[in-house]
Amino acid sequence: MHVEVRGLNKRFGEFQAVSNVEFTIGKGQLIGLLGPSGGGKTSILRMLAGLESPDSGDILFHGRKVNGLPPQERGIGFVFQNYALFKHMTVAQNIAFGLEVKKWPKAKIKERIAELVELTGLVGFEKRYPHQLSGGQRQRVAFARALAPEPQLLLLDEPFAAIDAKIRHELRSWLREMIDRLGITSIFVTHDQDEAIEVADQIMIINKGRLEQKGTPREIYQDPQTPFVASFIGESTLIEDIGQLRGFADAAALGGTKGLVRPEYVEVGRANEFALLSATETGTVSHIHFRGSEWLVEVKIGDIKLTTYRSLEKPALHPGEEVHVLVHRAYLFNETDSWVTENRLKVDPLPVHI
Amino acid sequence: MTNLLQSRWWSWGFRSAVMLYFVVLIVLPILGIYGQSFSDGWPQLVHNLSDTLAWQAVLLTIKLAVIATLINVLIGTMAGWVLIRYRFPGRQLLNSMVDLPFALPTAVVGLMIMLLLGPRGAVGQWAEEAGISILFHEPAIVVAMVFVTFPFVIRAVQPLLEEMDASEEEAAYTMGASKAKTFFRVLLPAMLPGILSGAMLAFSRALAEFGAVVLVAGNIPGRTLVASVYIFGQIESDNPAGAAAVSVLLLTLSFLILWLVGYVQARRMGR
Amino acid sequence: MRKLWISATYVIFALLLGAPIVRIATGAWADGWSGFASGITRPEAQHALLMTGMIVVIVTVINTLFGVMLALYLVRAPWLGKQLRRVLNSIVDLPFAVSPVIGGLMIVLLLGPDTVIGSLLSRSGIDIVYALPGMVIATLFVTFPLIIREVMPVLQEIGDQQEEAAQMLGAYPWTIFWRVTWPSIQWSVVYGVVLTVARTLGEFGAVLVVSGNILFRTQTATTLVYQDVENFNLTAANAVALVLAAGSVALLLFMEWAKSRRAR
Repeated sequence: MHVEVRGLNKRFGEFQAVSNVEFTIGKGQLIGLLGPSGGGKTSILRMLAGLESPDSGDILFHGRKVNGLPPQERGIGFVFQNYALFKHMTVAQNIAFGLEVKKWPKAKIKERIAELVELTGLVGFEKRYPHQLSGGQRQRVAFARALAPEPQLLLLDEPFAAIDAKIRHELRSWLREMIDRLGITSIFVTHDQDEAIEVADQIMIINKGRLEQKGTPREIYQDPQTPFVASFIGESTLIEDIGQLRGFADAAALGGTKGLVRPEYVEVGRANEFALLSATETGTVSHIHFRGSEWLVEVKIGDIKLTTYRSLEKPALHPGEEVHVLVHRAYLFNETDSWVTENRLKVDPLPVHI
Repeated sequence: MTNLLQSRWWSWGFRSAVMLYFVVLIVLPILGIYGQSFSDGWPQLVHNLSDTLAWQAVLLTIKLAVIATLINVLIGTMAGWVLIRYRFPGRQLLNSMVDLPFALPTAVVGLMIMLLLGPRGAVGQWAEEAGISILFHEPAIVVAMVFVTFPFVIRAVQPLLEEMDASEEEAAYTMGASKAKTFFRVLLPAMLPGILSGAMLAFSRALAEFGAVVLVAGNIPGRTLVASVYIFGQIESDNPAGAAAVSVLLLTLSFLILWLVGYVQARRMGR
Repeated sequence: MRKLWISATYVIFALLLGAPIVRIATGAWADGWSGFASGITRPEAQHALLMTGMIVVIVTVINTLFGVMLALYLVRAPWLGKQLRRVLNSIVDLPFAVSPVIGGLMIVLLLGPDTVIGSLLSRSGIDIVYALPGMVIATLFVTFPLIIREVMPVLQEIGDQQEEAAQMLGAYPWTIFWRVTWPSIQWSVVYGVVLTVARTLGEFGAVLVVSGNILFRTQTATTLVYQDVENFNLTAANAVALVLAAGSVALLLFMEWAKSRRAR
């Protein structure tokens, strides 16, 4: 289903939950609504579902306005955060509910249940009650129940929040695969950026009721459009006076410019590990943490603290050691603008032509 | 709320009807009785209340209700404790019997106590030989009040004991506290909110009790006439204003208690 | 120590709860079977029991309907607003704090023959006070909170997500109520209904004031017991009281059963 939202606003009392949100979603896409808790993601989802009505703005499905349409008639599947399974019904009865309400013939219902039980890997669990299932199984029942009436849009509210970390991973790729196979337009809400980046075709970053940026995970990661997105995605260090860092002096020329530096923008090592020492700063290692697959290194350059990763293959560094630090790039912003800048000194100042 | 467009008028009418029923059945009568007692102004209300018999009835009721509540606090706490903490034959039966006073009609309760304490009953005969008069005197009223309010303290204490962690008690023992000390320093404070709210509900019910009391009290004005029976008497003798005055006094007291119970419970939840 | 406490509890239960029950059972048989039978079969007893039965049926039906709906509204309805819902919620409990006699007095003061509404109604041929409608209203007032107080906590606990899920699957309110909400609250409703029946069966103070206790017209089983005692007709009083007590005990057993079902 093609979904379009124009100028959406919603207040709860004094609290502006959603302000002026606009977006379009193409058919068959899997969209992740990502943002901090209480940022308005769930409110947007609930308005799409019709469970909440917008104060102003339009919601269009296939170009048709559906604001006045009750949730029953929107043809949407909804997976709730805690699944909201009917606890007095078996798995099969839960799945059948939406079909019975729509008065499907008995034989067809039976067929559809069998199909969905197969699809979600719940064969043999049809007669169980929700309290007899594990978290992951409940999640899949909720998914099957939402899909049963063949909705054109699937909405998922924090679908993995209540599941242990280990199964969550498995379930994520299962869901991705399932949605690919069905080709159904889907929107899911999450506050976990790994989840959004791993699963979604497109991510919408929502903060304080506003849509900060919409784009593919790669675009969001590499080209953040607002300081919030830059600081929210990945781990980053805010540097108040970016001019202090070697290679970013130009930036200081513009007053009030601040910078965000991600660990993967930073390289740290001994003098012999760098080709261009002139581009590096000298700093002191303040802490190192073993992270299994790599070292997490904290270095201090003057009063700036940066974090970065270092391969286990390289010689180990020690706290207190003097090291060289190369900052490849930084995300810069001031009150009016934001942009990504490469380290100016990284390019050899005196290229030697052979 | 969903198919609003189709059935807006229906659901609006429906809601209003239900809310109207609520207001008319509960709020209106209560406002009515306050209105009635204030309708002739303060002086008349004070005059109605300053009737010696009215005062004596209210004071007597409060006195006896306090005694009954204290008795219930003692035996209720003990019974609640025994029923939760100990496993013994017949426990389930006793636990079910706790609700009996709620289920039995109060008039039947009155009759039962009257027969039991009367001159033909065993207790009555014994009391008569000992020179104590029970039936149609204050002790009988207290017994009736204790009976009808019996479940309150038990039912309020039980859930607290149930949810209490045994480790708290054990921790006290490991720190060398004696049994008595553990009881007074650890267990009793944990039960106290339940005991208090149970006691207040029991007190409020004892103040209001009519059926069980009217049959055993003898209803001698100034001596064994309790407030609810006084009100009944005033209604029978066609003096609704006098009845309303005492009612308002009693009601205000009960509402205060109810509010206090709610307050205590809200504070417990807030913790 | 432990033995002492258990025995003390047994003694208290036996003296306070057991003895009166036994006493009334034996009292009813004091004049043998015929005494009990004539106590029950005399016309005034038959009429009184019929009155009680009628009130029980009417009050239970009305209270169940309105009780369940009000519980739903007080927990769910967004159109009521938080503040108003809190106020209404505390009003629900008020009848618990009102002495039955005062409850009866309220009805008399509001609808009695001397009042505006009462005289208007009686002119059009409807008697409220000293007739069945007044007794029903008084009992409704007294038993009002019972069902609401049983159902509300359950509704709060289950939350509204299951209902929203049903909505998303295309179900309308009526279907949602019967297929999703009702199965969750049914045992609490049953429990509340049993409490209501027990309370209605035994209601005395309010009914006595409102009914005027008129023989063969407004006398109920409990007010008949009262009158028999006042007339020193103890065996007859015992017989009716035993029937009422037996009914209450049966209800109590049923209550225990409903409680265990609800706990599932």
